[in-house]
Amino acid sequence: MGKTRKIVDTGTHFIDGNMACAEGAIAAGCRFVSGYPITPSTEVVEHLAKRFPEIGGMFIQMEDELAASICFQGAVWSGVKGMTVTSGPGFSLMMEHVGLAAALETPSVFVDVQRAGPSTGLPTAPAQQDMMQARWGSHGDYEIIALSPSSPQECFDYIVICFNLAEKYRCPVFFMMDETVGHMHGKVKIPSPDEIEVVERKNTSRPPGEYKPYKIYGGDVPEMVKVGMGHRIHITGLTHDEQGYPAMTASAQQILVKRLCSKITDNVEDISIIKTDEIEDSEVVVISYGITSRIVEYAAGIARKKGIKTGTVQLVTIWPFNDKAIREIAAQTRHIIVAEMNLGQMVLEVQRAVANKVPVHFLGNAGGRTLDPETIIEKIMEVVQ
Amino acid sequence: MTEIKSHPVDGLLRTDRMPHIWCPGCGVGTSVNCFTRAIEKLEMDLDRLHVVSGIGCTGRVAGYINVDSFHTTHGRALAFATGLSLSRPDSKVVVYSGDGDIAAIGGNHLIHTARRNVDMTVICVNNYTYGMTGGQVTPTTPDKALASTTPFGNFEHTFNIPNLVAASGATYVARWTVFHVRQLTRAMVKALQHPGFSFIEVLSPCPTLFMRRNKLGAAVNLMEYFRDSAVIENGADTRTVGLNEGRTVLGEFVNMRLPTLRESYENRMKEALGDAFVPYEGDK
Repeated sequence: MGKTRKIVDTGTHFIDGNMACAEGAIAAGCRFVSGYPITPSTEVVEHLAKRFPEIGGMFIQMEDELAASICFQGAVWSGVKGMTVTSGPGFSLMMEHVGLAAALETPSVFVDVQRAGPSTGLPTAPAQQDMMQARWGSHGDYEIIALSPSSPQECFDYIVICFNLAEKYRCPVFFMMDETVGHMHGKVKIPSPDEIEVVERKNTSRPPGEYKPYKIYGGDVPEMVKVGMGHRIHITGLTHDEQGYPAMTASAQQILVKRLCSKITDNVEDISIIKTDEIEDSEVVVISYGITSRIVEYAAGIARKKGIKTGTVQLVTIWPFNDKAIREIAAQTRHIIVAEMNLGQMVLEVQRAVANKVPVHFLGNAGGRTLDPETIIEKIMEVVQ
Repeated sequence: MTEIKSHPVDGLLRTDRMPHIWCPGCGVGTSVNCFTRAIEKLEMDLDRLHVVSGIGCTGRVAGYINVDSFHTTHGRALAFATGLSLSRPDSKVVVYSGDGDIAAIGGNHLIHTARRNVDMTVICVNNYTYGMTGGQVTPTTPDKALASTTPFGNFEHTFNIPNLVAASGATYVARWTVFHVRQLTRAMVKALQHPGFSFIEVLSPCPTLFMRRNKLGAAVNLMEYFRDSAVIENGADTRTVGLNEGRTVLGEFVNMRLPTLRESYENRMKEALGDAFVPYEGDK
């Protein structure tokens, strides 16, 4: 007797971040995933390999990350939602197709469960060292979107938002997890499908002959199309015109690349999610993201008990970087600490945005383990002294 | 004199993109002519035909065929095409690219796409060189041949591509030249109808960057060579079809029916999951 599997596994679960990410992708409508095994991300695709055959999706394990990062893009152009999943060394290999997704404006989700690098590094230990690579890893100028979850629940909630943003802005969207959040078990509430906001792809309604794949008919993003609708599209990674045809001129380059960037930079407020807590009139604000935010939250509680007015900021959206929000935060405090599991990446963005209005201090490590609450508390004490 | 304003296969080409980029004497256009004739002969539904290319001179084919087409990254067309083919079971996906793209940078994808027997047709135009970048050595450049990166002659062993793909699991393998247009067109007709991974190597002159450097004369001289050195051996053991001086083995080397990737997947899942299995049908 056949049994029908629930597509969205509504209910309360005790699962790890990797599984929550996989379930979130399913809930977001993702039905095609190409991947290549790599610690500490593998459980995401292992779970999908089990789930997909019963819900009409497909996982394919490719021969390497070069293939994994483009295979799903072929599926996306057929009309489905797709993603790939990796970690450090695989993320490096995927950069070629981050650029392709940016140029082709393929709605693409790349999950990076970060581990400590460079190179093979510490495969089973966490880091937040790929934050700049996500932004700048492929050649040329382009913009991307990146979100970072701090708990298994956020792995579910925010991967859904990643898919929504990929559809809305037609760009590479990164989900910057890390080993700890990927392997940490926690309570994950999966809502019923009607409670989950899912952005469906809006394919063009314009008939063949009246449609150009890269023409802006309104808004900032071209209308998507899929193969087989009679439009006879040509899609190329070469610099292209509105028709999608190669256009080998500096002027075509200016028009295309500026638009690829401005569709993101003009919509920072729409894209950006930043969570703040007790930042008003604070002595110090600690800015962090991902798993580090959980630790900062705990450390800030202790600092407050010691009488230090401590605010916290969780950057859910990492890219595009929300300069305005950071400047507003800086206006409400006397010191900023940026805590992250690397030797100083997002702190550079915070410093740039704050532009010396208040001191920006850095607390980090070279990856391999999460920051200790004690170290964060010490830093807070040191800064306010 | 009547002015000829159209060509019989104009409807299959993006005439708004002409003239094309290929040099006089280049065989890529000839192979495209064969391809369009094959499409015409099969009366294919053009909404169910998608062409994917990688990078290079042959990689520009996707841009000239008037169907939904993709010009992807260097060597990775096969991986893109795998995702597209799996998501469009009712379409035929064709990868059209050159020897450097498919056998060098894309070599790993080639063997694995053949192994999986993904339902697609691969047309690999082998002109013995990287034309787009100025005539560098490729895995198919003949022994001792000059290339811009082998100024003293090629010293590497060359790939026997039909043997490589046959050994990897391709279920249809043929080789023709752009001299043998009728045979090539017929092979394309067969390959396009073949369920699973079909592969045609098309030998072709690059007069500008390969022949001139090697003092081989004009394109027509290589066409004469293709004619004179051709040995047609259908069903030949692919281990014996390596390209040697004076002997160009052509024909249909492999033609067998094995489950495609989709069929293997569905068979496995039906067996393991029974009625619980829901086939992946892409955007249906």
